[in-house]
Amino acid sequence: MKEIRIHGRGGQGSVTAAELLAVAAFADGKFSQAFPAFGVERRGAPVQAFTRISDAPIRLRSQIYKPDYVIVQDPTLLESVDVASGLKDDGTLIINSDFDPETFKLDTKAKIMTVNATKIALDIIGMPIVNTVLLGAFAGATGEIRPESIMGAVRERFPGKVGERNAQAIMKAYEMMEGQK
Amino acid sequence: MARETKMDKQKMVVVEGSYAVANAVRVCKPNVISAYPITPQTHIVEELSKFMADGEIPNCEYINVESEFSALSALVGSSAVGARSYSATTSQGLELMHEVLFNVAGMRLPIVMTVANRAVSAPINIWNDHQDSISQRDTGWIQLYAENIQEVSDMTAQAFKISEDRDVMMPCMTCMDGFILSHVYEPLVLLEQEITDEFLPPFRPERILDSKNPLTFGAFADPNIYTEFRYQQERAMQNALKKIEDTANEFYDMYGRHFGGLIDEYRTEDADIIIMAMGSIIGTIKDVIDRLRERNVKVGLLKVRAFRPFPAEAIMNVIRDVKVVVVLDKNISLGMNAGALFIETKSVLYNTDIDVPVIGYMMGQGGRDVPMSTIEKIISDAEEVMRSGIKIESQFTDLKEELV
Repeated sequence: MKEIRIHGRGGQGSVTAAELLAVAAFADGKFSQAFPAFGVERRGAPVQAFTRISDAPIRLRSQIYKPDYVIVQDPTLLESVDVASGLKDDGTLIINSDFDPETFKLDTKAKIMTVNATKIALDIIGMPIVNTVLLGAFAGATGEIRPESIMGAVRERFPGKVGERNAQAIMKAYEMMEGQK
Repeated sequence: MARETKMDKQKMVVVEGSYAVANAVRVCKPNVISAYPITPQTHIVEELSKFMADGEIPNCEYINVESEFSALSALVGSSAVGARSYSATTSQGLELMHEVLFNVAGMRLPIVMTVANRAVSAPINIWNDHQDSISQRDTGWIQLYAENIQEVSDMTAQAFKISEDRDVMMPCMTCMDGFILSHVYEPLVLLEQEITDEFLPPFRPERILDSKNPLTFGAFADPNIYTEFRYQQERAMQNALKKIEDTANEFYDMYGRHFGGLIDEYRTEDADIIIMAMGSIIGTIKDVIDRLRERNVKVGLLKVRAFRPFPAEAIMNVIRDVKVVVVLDKNISLGMNAGALFIETKSVLYNTDIDVPVIGYMMGQGGRDVPMSTIEKIISDAEEVMRSGIKIESQFTDLKEELV
């Protein structure tokens, strides 16, 4: 089983990202479970959302303490939130940032990767909404999920032009991260 | 005992628990829905409102009200005229319904209501525990607790069938853990319309309010006859024991899914230690049991699916020959220093030939997470009880002493 924690701020779509990841993983033939860190839905406040992905049906209902992967939507969160908390040594931390990974001095042995998701979102979607872009980056960085499945989940949730643009941005982020592996 | 459930992945979709429930309600073809939104039940009534607005629940009236008291009161009227009636609530909303809950049961109205279990105030807390529904245990409502969203979806159809049975005619709460199940996205098979049409026939009660054939429901009962009303309600609850079991089996025959009847068992065959619990924590316990079984710890699970009526006989059959019983409660009966499931379990064992130590833990209050490590610690306590007897009969787990 792989456990993923998504950090963001209220309004950035962290919960939606976790849900889309669960939908996409299931489309990939896995079992999945997504849930929010309940009750903190205030715009701008630090929020977390979680996804579990497994080959077998998922029964565990506890929160995620030792994630395999962490996604950070907003690098300013690093000032107030221990985003690397519990992250496994062989895990990966993906940060939305235009800085190099080495810039981030975090207390973790996990691999740190960065992607300028905000730029991709502005260029392709036309809005600084990065949640779906980071899912593409996640697919590229980890190989845990096919980008097509993420694009499919996003198109289903956001039909029409919005979904199409998101799908393009997902592919772009996927390719960038694939290249860095 | 659990019957093998083979899930067809092709038929499964990943949706939110609240959507799964709302969809199940739609498939059961209710005639009247009345509910007042309250976290974490809100998504259920939002989804139902959407279905209504899209015309996807024909022959149904959605009555907007100003409180939970009114929501259930409206359904007293609708159910009495023979309309299949549904509501959903939680926590303070359920407590506000308290008076009406008795009326519904007393008038023998088979209303079904989803409870997205949440802690009660004060202090205010929107997260999950079972205090809200447990505190309504004496109102005459059947109470079923679900472990995942597939079960609570399927349970919705079962609840209508159980409640509307002529030998039962008692209302039913289907209980799902707030947030943990109401807000989770996971795969399930949405309740199937075609099979449900066959499984759940239209609601045709023997007696209804009808101006052409006037009757009175819930009228004055003096000391001469009141006892007999109460006796018949209790008899109906006893009838429900068999009906819950039969309905789960019938559901399995038609849909191929089974999550237990009154109870369910997991790896109990040769168990020395039995854990008893209700709700979404069941899944976590199963994972812990698998892990401990690899270390040859003989531990099994007794999932209590029906809390009312209380399945005394089914429970006794499972724990008769074990060495320790551990009861987990997400509630507390204040002044008793114990949770309700623990108290009931102990009470049914008295005056029997079963002599097994029972210990209880109050946990997960107000949404406090229950990690696998907490369950593992409790099982190691149980091993200690096997060796040297009970030291603490009932206690809080994961208590932060430094805050007290």
